[in-house]
Amino acid sequence: MAESDNIVVETAEKIFADLADPQTVNNDRKDSWQAPLWQALSEAGLPLSWVPDDLGGSGASLADGFALLNAAGRFAVAVPLAETMLAGWLLAQAKIASPEGEMTLLPASPKDWITRDADGALSGRARGVPFAKAAKHFAVLAHGKDGVSIALVDASKGRIETGLNVGYDHSDTVTLDKVQPVTIKPAPKGFDQTTMMLMGGVARSLQIAGALEAMLDISVRYSNERVAFEKKISKFQAVQHNLARLAGESAAALAAATSAADAIANAKSFDDAVYLEAASAKIRCAEAAEKGGAIAHQVHGAIGFTLEHILHRYSLRALAWRDDFGSESHWAVELGKLVANRGADELWPLVASR
Amino acid sequence: MTAALRFDPIRLPEKCEQLRKEVRAFLAEEIAAGTFDPHKPNREDTDAPEFSRRVGAKGWLGMTWPKKYGGQERSFLERYVVTEEMRVANAPTRRFFVADRQSGPVLIKYAPEHIKMDILPRICRGEICFAIGMSEPNSGSDLFAAKTRATKTDGGYLINGTKIWTSSAHIADYMIAIFRTSQPTKENRRHGLTQFLVKMKQPGIQVNPIGQITGQYEFNEVVFTDFFVPDDHVLGEVDGAWKQATSELAYERSGPERFLETYYVLTELVRAVGPNPDTRSAEGIGRLVAQLHTMRRMSVSVAGMLEAGKEPVVEASIVKDIGTVWEQQLPHRVRDLAAFVEETASNRETLERQLDFAIKTAPKLTIQGGTTEVLRGIIARGLGLR
Repeated sequence: MAESDNIVVETAEKIFADLADPQTVNNDRKDSWQAPLWQALSEAGLPLSWVPDDLGGSGASLADGFALLNAAGRFAVAVPLAETMLAGWLLAQAKIASPEGEMTLLPASPKDWITRDADGALSGRARGVPFAKAAKHFAVLAHGKDGVSIALVDASKGRIETGLNVGYDHSDTVTLDKVQPVTIKPAPKGFDQTTMMLMGGVARSLQIAGALEAMLDISVRYSNERVAFEKKISKFQAVQHNLARLAGESAAALAAATSAADAIANAKSFDDAVYLEAASAKIRCAEAAEKGGAIAHQVHGAIGFTLEHILHRYSLRALAWRDDFGSESHWAVELGKLVANRGADELWPLVASR
Repeated sequence: MTAALRFDPIRLPEKCEQLRKEVRAFLAEEIAAGTFDPHKPNREDTDAPEFSRRVGAKGWLGMTWPKKYGGQERSFLERYVVTEEMRVANAPTRRFFVADRQSGPVLIKYAPEHIKMDILPRICRGEICFAIGMSEPNSGSDLFAAKTRATKTDGGYLINGTKIWTSSAHIADYMIAIFRTSQPTKENRRHGLTQFLVKMKQPGIQVNPIGQITGQYEFNEVVFTDFFVPDDHVLGEVDGAWKQATSELAYERSGPERFLETYYVLTELVRAVGPNPDTRSAEGIGRLVAQLHTMRRMSVSVAGMLEAGKEPVVEASIVKDIGTVWEQQLPHRVRDLAAFVEETASNRETLERQLDFAIKTAPKLTIQGGTTEVLRGIIARGLGLR
């Protein structure tokens, strides 16, 4: 996307351009860019975009927040912006105010489960939690005998085993062992872990789509600069056709992600249609991350395989984002079950309803 | 960013959903009356003239065109709904589809008024069938290599040469074709071709059927021998057909027919696996549905751009590239998954019969109406690579 048409995205893009320029960030081995970036984002109220004013946030619309995440993907932003936004959104579902500082949310995989005792203490293990190590607080979805709760938890109360995803961002295992939350409230009626995973998956889809847009952009530029066999490699038909396919993957990811974002932003409930949109976005964007990223690397040759080049900041992150909040394999199985369960003659009406 | 491609999440307006209900009800009636079998792939050599007239009577042909020509002045998004419902139902659209999508809009843009008044209402009534005369024996994707000559004579032109792969020429009442009126120039190799309206079924035109690997005979060789076309049948600028081609491509390339051609095998697979699929089937179906949904959202987005008066040629080319590759692979993916369907599945025979046909159809999908290679060339140009 060439230019943004909303103030939230404009603000974010300016901050990203100033403080999260991929080349500058990539050259900085000490990660000294992180603190000023987070500070600027926080001062602009962006990490709590999805938290209403009365709960301590800046009360942006779901649509603006999704557009912001797409922009963050275009800069391969590697601070817990998406995670804090999602955590704030989760807390707001139960009318819990968001504290200042970095947050993340758990569980981050549909296979993990946090339980709540009769006395309100939380227990369970959540794997692959993005940026858990950097978080001051966790937003937690927990299951008790009387239903689903949402809790705010002091991050220092959890045991964290750190790890890195394929994009070199923190993806940690968090274990809660009878942890008393700061605040805990019942989740709204109908809100469950699947809702949370679908929302997280759409956030990741927009980030992947953004990363693909950037990969297309830098690959096209590189092909117009690099000379081989006495001509620009962009003049070789094989390269042109590869880039055309990358454009297709980028377009498909963007279309799937923005459609799902639009569906959620305008949804009254997470019905089958929203499920189709959100699950499809995660599946299709993950596929595009694989196919598109491979082409971007192919166009760049050896230079794109080096740490000094920025391409990996996009390509590896896009691959890593596939795993969060349910992989494409997970969602494909779930979507397939939903479709089969509705029956063959209900497939087209579902697709056509979007 | 240099490569700005947008696919905004266009939603079909409420009036489209009412229309969709009407189309589904109409198709259900036709199926009940035995006009066609929705489980049988839409064999393109099936001619259904009476069905065509009934679709016309519903006001669903030329529906975006001006009322004075028999149209309804409805939106592209409404036409989109009619097209996709017909396609998914395997309705026999062959007789009217080309005229409605492509030929009518060309006539509206370039034909003289008296010809528009004569022909367009007949298209809208579903009475006439169009063919497109582009390819020649030595000119396929390279459109501008066409050699069939149109030589100026008193009051018109004499046509000599051969068109080939011409779908429906054996039933068509008219053809819109390009013929060579001058030689290409050094500066512009695309110069010298002119678009004509040709009235078929006349002496001087010989239509020879060509068998296809599906067993159908739906495309043809069309031989012109001193065939006379009057001056008022020239469409647009003499020698300037190349200027007229590009904007039509967006209409031709982004519609639901560009990813739904083999859709029926997916429906039938879902039926065969039943309500409780194993993990393998569920994952396979889930991926295919996610891909289908994404393409449809892209296609609807392009329809929205067309409705807004834009010319999204690159976006439409992306839809056709991804869509046709998908519909080409679909029967093979369904075959992979069908290998484990229970022998006792009630629709097993139907699915096998469909796969047999879809697998034979698949190779043409990435060739007709602009090959994958041509599309990727257009996309590359849009990216600033050529």
